[in-house]
Amino acid sequence: MASGNRSQSAQGLTLIAPPLGYALLVMAAPLLTILAYSFLKDGYLTVIREFTLDNYRAVWTDPIVRTVMLRSLGVAALVTLVTVVLAFPVAYFLSFVVSPSKKSMWLFLITIPFWTSYLIRVFLWKVILGYNGVVNSGLKTLGIIEQPLSFLLYNINSMVITLAHAYAPFAILPIFIALEKIDRSLLEAGRDLGESRAMTFWRVTLPLAMPGVVAASLIVFIPTIGDYVTPALIGGGKIPMIANLIQSQMLDLDNRPLGSALAVTAMLIVAVFSLIFVAMNRRFLKVRQ
Amino acid sequence: MKGGGLRAYAICYLLFLYAPIVLLPIFAFNSGTIIAFPLKGFTTQWFLQMFENASMRRALGNSLTIAVCSSIFATCLGVFAARASTRFEFPAKGPIMGLIMLPLVLPEIIVSISLLVVLLSLGVQLNILTVILGHTLICMPYATVILTTAFNSLDRSLEEAAYDLGETKWSAFRLVILPLVMPGIISSLLMSFTISLDEFIIAFFLAGNEPTLPTYIYSQLRFPKQIPMIMALGTVLVLMSIILLTIAEYFRRRGIAKTGAKDTGGFL
Repeated sequence: MASGNRSQSAQGLTLIAPPLGYALLVMAAPLLTILAYSFLKDGYLTVIREFTLDNYRAVWTDPIVRTVMLRSLGVAALVTLVTVVLAFPVAYFLSFVVSPSKKSMWLFLITIPFWTSYLIRVFLWKVILGYNGVVNSGLKTLGIIEQPLSFLLYNINSMVITLAHAYAPFAILPIFIALEKIDRSLLEAGRDLGESRAMTFWRVTLPLAMPGVVAASLIVFIPTIGDYVTPALIGGGKIPMIANLIQSQMLDLDNRPLGSALAVTAMLIVAVFSLIFVAMNRRFLKVRQ
Repeated sequence: MKGGGLRAYAICYLLFLYAPIVLLPIFAFNSGTIIAFPLKGFTTQWFLQMFENASMRRALGNSLTIAVCSSIFATCLGVFAARASTRFEFPAKGPIMGLIMLPLVLPEIIVSISLLVVLLSLGVQLNILTVILGHTLICMPYATVILTTAFNSLDRSLEEAAYDLGETKWSAFRLVILPLVMPGIISSLLMSFTISLDEFIIAFFLAGNEPTLPTYIYSQLRFPKQIPMIMALGTVLVLMSIILLTIAEYFRRRGIAKTGAKDTGGFL
């Protein structure tokens, strides 16, 4: 079967070549270019082909970069926590309570808002939370407040609400899939052995659902930290996150090497945090193998 | 009823998810010029204003062109990836598939900025073609996922039967496999179309001076006078997305029913 295997791999490789080639050309090559740029010198409006670590030195010592990076991490962590904690009961409900025939309908309902324009959803939160927005005008009409509440918009809280809303379905699906995979007889066994409902959940269901929780956390954390629209609209441009900083270095200031170093640093930090997070939960992820 | 508390919670959660979207039509038909309560009266002037707006129509044209092209390209690439990964074993399969799926988790700002830098240094003129390039990339993983489900539920013996009956590889693919995965292909096309239509970041960076619907909306947000019209435009966009998704879901389910597999539900 050696020749059969070889022709199998040859056929497989031929088939995979177009999408692979596309990913290499349009994604991998630009990413490597960014990586290369980050080690080059910036001339005014050009890039000087000379190796340097100055960009990284500048990025890692700049207090503004540090503030923005910590803010991005903090916002992303908070959003992840809120999203996953709020999503878990919904995923649990979908998996354990909803009858199988209605599951697709529930999932469909949950995913629809996710597929509608992200920009419009973010903008709507601005409309809702704004100084003369829906919440304030609504409360004023009802006579509950006299002056508009000013703490609703242009701060971290409103960014967290917006992002948590935007990424909610992202968190539900992986947890739901993990819960669906749990062998229901294990739960019965837990109960038969005299565990209470809560203890069965704590000692059987939750550990088995952890791979889904970890996946959900990463799937929310990674895009959130690179979010551009929410800080620009909801933060009013005054509380930038890392994406806004990269954009302004790359385009407004046209310092591509520094912008590249910033992008690479951001990706490194995200990768390191993700790996630490996965390592912390290794115990749970092993269960399945 | 079993899980009553959980059900109540899930319903509240759905309300939270839908609350902002429900506001769109409410204010799109409200005659007041500011987006606030109390509502003034019923009007369709914002929709009329929207259809009369020339730059809006240009943005719509661009968006449709981009979405049609990107969804076709992404689905074609997805067919290759799904067929290869479900039917063949080949070296470095895991890493290769990982790379193809990577745009799913990579922050879009990184994808678009790096692509932008390369395009600019190559001296490429930014226009809707460059947006198509980017949108095809981000739609490809979604297309691959949908199509992998479709190809996975194929019964290998059908294909073998076709070979035994004298069909060539290509004719077996065309006559047996393609019709069976057709619902998956349609679902993938609609899904990619929707993603491309709604995508903002890549269009924002790679479109040059060509507006798409989301970048047009973004450019208008600074002008309070334009907001009611944007609400009308948003209503139309969201409605289009929901219709497209419903059709996509219909085809996805039909595809599953066709091959006799069990419905696991959901898009991902």
